[in-house]
Amino acid sequence: MSTSTPLTAPKFEVKSRAALIESATKIAVGGLNFYYGRTEALQNISINIPERMVMAFIGPSGCGKTTFLRTLNRMNDVIPGTRVEGSVLLDGQDIYAPGSDVVELRRKVGMVFQKSNPFPKSIFDNVAYGLRINRLSDSKSELSDRVEQALRDAALWSEVKDRLKSSALSLSGGQQQRLCIARALAIRPEVILMDEPASALDPIATSKIEELIVDLKKQYTIVIVTHNMQQAARVSDLTAFFLLGKLIELNTTEKMFTAPTEKMTEDYITGRFG
Amino acid sequence: MRALSRIDRSRRATSAVMTSFTAVCTLVAISTLAIILSYIAMRGINALSFRFLVDPPRPVGEGGGIGNAIVGSAVLLLLSCVVGIPGGIGTGVYLSEFSGGFFGSVVRFLVDTLTGIPSIVTGVFVYAVVVLRMKHFSALAGGIALALIMIPIVARTTEEMIRLVPHSLREGALALGAPQWRVTLGVVIPAAASGIATGAMLAVARVSGETAPLLFTAFGSRFFPRNLNEPIASLTVQIYNYAISPYDEWHAQAWAATLVLMALILGINIVVRIVTRKKF
Repeated sequence: MSTSTPLTAPKFEVKSRAALIESATKIAVGGLNFYYGRTEALQNISINIPERMVMAFIGPSGCGKTTFLRTLNRMNDVIPGTRVEGSVLLDGQDIYAPGSDVVELRRKVGMVFQKSNPFPKSIFDNVAYGLRINRLSDSKSELSDRVEQALRDAALWSEVKDRLKSSALSLSGGQQQRLCIARALAIRPEVILMDEPASALDPIATSKIEELIVDLKKQYTIVIVTHNMQQAARVSDLTAFFLLGKLIELNTTEKMFTAPTEKMTEDYITGRFG
Repeated sequence: MRALSRIDRSRRATSAVMTSFTAVCTLVAISTLAIILSYIAMRGINALSFRFLVDPPRPVGEGGGIGNAIVGSAVLLLLSCVVGIPGGIGTGVYLSEFSGGFFGSVVRFLVDTLTGIPSIVTGVFVYAVVVLRMKHFSALAGGIALALIMIPIVARTTEEMIRLVPHSLREGALALGAPQWRVTLGVVIPAAASGIATGAMLAVARVSGETAPLLFTAFGSRFFPRNLNEPIASLTVQIYNYAISPYDEWHAQAWAATLVLMALILGINIVVRIVTRKKF
C-alpha cells in the first residue's frame, strides 16, 4: 500500500452507484446539534448511512468527525456537560429517545478506538469479554467457538491461536488494534464505528486493517473516521466531508475524489488547507 | 568561547554539588534505618528461641514467650482487614468513579482528615463507643480501632490507583455494551488490582505497628485468645508492657519481640510483592 496509489483508482472493489441507491438506510441522522458545555461542536447534521457499506468521514482536526461518530453509539454520554439535539434513528428507532437502552444500543453499534485499548487480560478474555457480559454464549465450547470466529474475522487467529492465554498487551500495536476489532466483532454488532483505527499503525498493519474493513462490509455497516484521504479513497463507498462542525458534502467516494461538488471539499482534498 | 566555558564549568560544579547533596541525604536516611534495624537485631537476638515464639508469658525468672501475642496480633490484623480493606476499597472506588460533585469532594476531604487523626484519638473514640458499651475490653474493639485507621489509607490509595487506569479502557468496555458497574468491577478494578493490594498491605503494615489504640481497646492479655469477646494480647502492647517493666529479663524479651514484629512486617511486604506482581 503506497501513497502513490491514485486517488481515483481504489484498490478494492467499491459498490457501484446503482448499488448505493438500492441499499437500505441503517442509520438516519436528522438535524443533529451537539454541544460541549456552551460550545457548539456539531451544527445541524443530517445524513443517511446505508446498510452494509463503508462510509468515511474526512475533514481537518477538530472539525467534529470523531464527535459525530461518538454520537452514533452515545459514547459522548460519558463525557460530562455534553448535550445532543436532533434525532439519530437506528433502524427507525431514535437512540436518544427517553426509553432507549444505551447498553442495548452499544451491543448493536460497536466501536473501535483510535488508540488500541485492549484490557489487561489474556487475548482470549479480551474477545470473550463482550460475550460474557452480554451472556451471548450458553456453554464454554460455544464461547471459545465464537472467540475463534471473531479472531478469524479480524484476521488475527493464525497469529495468536497458540497463545490465547497470554497477555493482550504482549501483542504488537497492529495486532492489538485487530484484537480490539475482534473484540467488537465477537458480539456481532450490526454497525461498527471506527475512529481512525489505523492512525498509530505502520503501513503493513494499516493495509491489513484496510483489507479487513473491505471484507467486513459484507456483513456489517461500517463508519470510519480517517485523517488519511488515500485511506478513505481505498476503503469507502461513501465519503462525508466535515468542516467546523458542519457537514459540507456527502458523495460517493469516487465522485468525492474526482469531481467534488463543493469548492471547500476540493480545496481540502487537493491540500490547499487542513 | 572562554566565557562560555566558564559558565559551563560552573554549571557542572553546581550539578556535582547538588547530586552529592541528594546522595548525602539518602545516605543519612538509609544509614539511620540500618542502624535501627541492626541495633534491634543485636539486642533482640539473645532472647530469641523457638520456645520464645510459641510459649505464653510466665512470671519473671521463669522464661516464657510471646506466642499469645503473635496469635493475638494476627487475630487483630485479620479482624481489621475484614472490615478495613473492603470498606477502604469501596470508598476509594466511589471517590474515583462515582463522585463528581460537591458530596464527593466533601468525602475526599473527610478521608484526608481521617488519615491525619492521631491513632490514640481513634483508640479513645473506640473506647468510648465500643468498650464502654460492652463494659469490657475485647479483640473486637481492637479490630475496629485498627480498621478505622486502615479505611482512609486504603481509600486514598485505591482512589489514586483507579485514577491511573486509562479512560480508554473504560470506554472500550462501555462500547461493548457493558453497564457501568461491570466496567468498574470487571475491567477497572482488575487493572488497578496490584496497586490496590499494595495500598492495602501498606495499611496492614502501618496498623500492625500501632500500640496506642490497642491500649484502650484490646488491652492485652497473658493467655492465648479463646474468643473475640475478651481482651487479647498483641505484640506491640506486650513490647510496651515489658519495656516499661523494671526487669532485665523482660527488657530482653521486649527487644526480641520487637525483632519478631519487624520480621513479620517485612514478611507481609515481601509476600504482597510476590502475590501482586503484574501478570498482564
